[in-house]
Amino acid sequence: MGKVMDFLKKLGENRVILPVLLVVGFILTLAISQFAPLEQGLQSVLRELHLNTYVIALVGINVILCASLNLVNGYMGEFSVGHAGFMSLGAYASSIVTVKLLPDMPDALFFFPVIVGGVVAALAGFLLALLSFKTRGDYLAIITLAFLMIVKSALENIPYVGGPRGMLGIPKLTTLAWAFFWAVVTIWVLRNLLYSKFGRAIAAIREDEIAANSMGVRVREAKILAFSVSAFFAGVAGALFAHLLVFATPATFGIFTSTEILVMVYLGGIGSLAGSIIGAVVYTLLSNWLLPLGTWRMVIMPLILVLLMLFRPKGIMGFRELPWFLPKREARRKDS
Amino acid sequence: MEYFAQQAINAIQLGAIYALIALGYSLVYGVLTMINFAHGDLFMVGAFFCLIIASLFPLPFVVILVLVMLSTGFLGALIERVAYRPLRSAPRVSAIITALGCGLVIENLVSSLSPYAKPMPALFSVTGYNLGGLSISSLQILIIGVSILLMVGLDFFIRRTSFGMAMRAISFDSRTVPLLGIPLNKVISVTFLIGAGLGGAAGMLYGLAYPVIAASMGVLVGWKAFIAAVVGGIGSIRGAVVGGFILGLVEVMTVAVLPSTYRDLIAYSLLLVILIFKPYGLLGKAPNQKV
Repeated sequence: MGKVMDFLKKLGENRVILPVLLVVGFILTLAISQFAPLEQGLQSVLRELHLNTYVIALVGINVILCASLNLVNGYMGEFSVGHAGFMSLGAYASSIVTVKLLPDMPDALFFFPVIVGGVVAALAGFLLALLSFKTRGDYLAIITLAFLMIVKSALENIPYVGGPRGMLGIPKLTTLAWAFFWAVVTIWVLRNLLYSKFGRAIAAIREDEIAANSMGVRVREAKILAFSVSAFFAGVAGALFAHLLVFATPATFGIFTSTEILVMVYLGGIGSLAGSIIGAVVYTLLSNWLLPLGTWRMVIMPLILVLLMLFRPKGIMGFRELPWFLPKREARRKDS
Repeated sequence: MEYFAQQAINAIQLGAIYALIALGYSLVYGVLTMINFAHGDLFMVGAFFCLIIASLFPLPFVVILVLVMLSTGFLGALIERVAYRPLRSAPRVSAIITALGCGLVIENLVSSLSPYAKPMPALFSVTGYNLGGLSISSLQILIIGVSILLMVGLDFFIRRTSFGMAMRAISFDSRTVPLLGIPLNKVISVTFLIGAGLGGAAGMLYGLAYPVIAASMGVLVGWKAFIAAVVGGIGSIRGAVVGGFILGLVEVMTVAVLPSTYRDLIAYSLLLVILIFKPYGLLGKAPNQKV
C-alpha cells in the first residue's frame, strides 16, 4: 500500500507525464469515435460495467459543469442556483446554429456552435453579475433562481425554438473526443485563472468582500469575470449536452438539473478542481447505476446533498488540491 | 368592466392563498434569516394530508383544517430539528443548500408515492351567490374568510403575546436574546410549527379551490408564494400579505390579457425588477452591514 502511495505521489509531482497523458487520452478518444470496431469493443467492455459511451461523454460534460460552478459557488463563496439556465442558453444557441443557420456544417467545425453557445451564456452571466453587485448570499440565490425560471419560461414562449416541445432533430455531434477536449480546456483555463491575480481577488472576495474592496481589490471586475467565465463553460457544457441528447426542451434545464450540479460540486468539494472532477465522475456513474430505481433516484440524490451538508460539508476534497492541478510555481511552494 | 371585477375576486382568492404561504417563508426568515426552500413542498404536503384525512374520515371542515395544520406544522418542526438545527452555526450557504435538498426530497418522495395528479374531494356542497352581476361561491367566501382570519390571528399572536414578543426579539438580535433567558430552540421550533401549519392550511384551501393536486404543486405554487414574500420584503409579516395579494392580482390579470403560458415569465420578471430597484422588498428593512 505504501509503495502504491509513493508511486502515486511521484506520478503527481512528475510534470512531464501530464501533457503526455492528455495527448494520449485525446488521441484515444478521437480514435474511438473514428473507428467503429474500437467503439464496439469499448461498448462491450462498458456493458460489463453497466455503462455505455453516452455516460462516459456525460462524465466529461459534468466535469465542465461542476468545475465552472465551483468557480462561483466554491472559490468565490457565492450561492448560484442558475447554472442550468446558462446551460440551456448554450444548448439552444448552439442548436440554432447547427439546426437552423448552418445545417450543412462539417462535423469537424463543431467547436464553432459550441463557442457560440458559450458566448451567449457568458453574456447572460455578465448581466447577472451586474445584478449581483447590490446583493449577496440569500438574495443572490433568489436572483439566480429568478434568472433560471425566466430563461425557462421565456424559451417555452418562443415558437422559433419549438416552445415547450423544445428543439428537435439536433445532430449528434458530441463525441468522446469533443467531451474530453472541452473538459481539459475548462480545467486548464480555470487552473490558470485561479492562480492569477484574478484568482487571489476571488479568494479575497470569498473571505470578506468589504475588506477586499478596501484593500484595493477590484471587486466588481473580479465578479464580472467570475460570473462570465463560469457561465461561458456552462454554455459550452449545455451545447455539448444538447448535441449528445439530440434534443433540448426547456424542462431539461430546470431546478433539478441545477441541484444535480450542486450535488456534484459539494460532493467533490468546494474550492478544488480535483474535487470537481472526482465529484462529477462519482455522481454521474452513481446516478447511472441507480437508474433502475426510477423516480426514487430523485429522492436519493437530494438526500445525499442533505447528508453531505450535515456530516461532511467540505465534500471529498474541500479546498485541497492535487499537485497536477496547481501551476508549477504553486506546487513547489506547497512542498517547502 | 364586469369581467375585470370578476377577475378581481379570483385575484383576491389566489392572493389570499399566496399570502398564507408567503407568511411561512417570512416567519422563518425573520427568526433564522434563512430561506426555507422546503416550505413550498410543505404547502403541497398539506394538500395531500387533507386528501388522506378527508378520504379516511368524514369530518367537518374545521376539524380537518386543524388536523392538516397540526400535521404539516409538526412535519415542518421535524425538518427544522433534524436538518436545520445542526447547521445553525455553519455557513449560511449550507443551510440554504440543505433546505433546497429537503424540498426536493419531499417533492420527489410524494411524486414517487403518487405519480399521477389526484382529484380532491369536495368537503361540502358549494352554492353560488349573485352580487349585482358578479358571481361568488361559498367556497371562495370560505377561502378568503379563513385566510384573513388566520392572518389576523397571526398578527395578534406576534404583536400581543409574550411568545410573539420572543419571536420579534430573536429576529432583532438572535445572539443576545438567549442570554436573557428566552428558550431559543423552543421559539424556533414553534415558529416552524406555525409557518408550516399556515402553509398546510394554504395547501388545503388551494386543493379545494383548484381540485386537482400533484407533487409538482410545491414548485409551481409554493415558489410563487416565495416571490410574494420577497416582493413584500422577506422577514416582514405585513409585507408577505401585501406581496401575496400583489402577486395574485398580477397573475390573474396577466392571464386575463395574455396567454396563460406567460404567467411564470411575468411573475419571475416582477421578482427580478423588484429586487433590482428595491433589493429588500416593499416593506422590508435593509440589514446593517457590520465591518
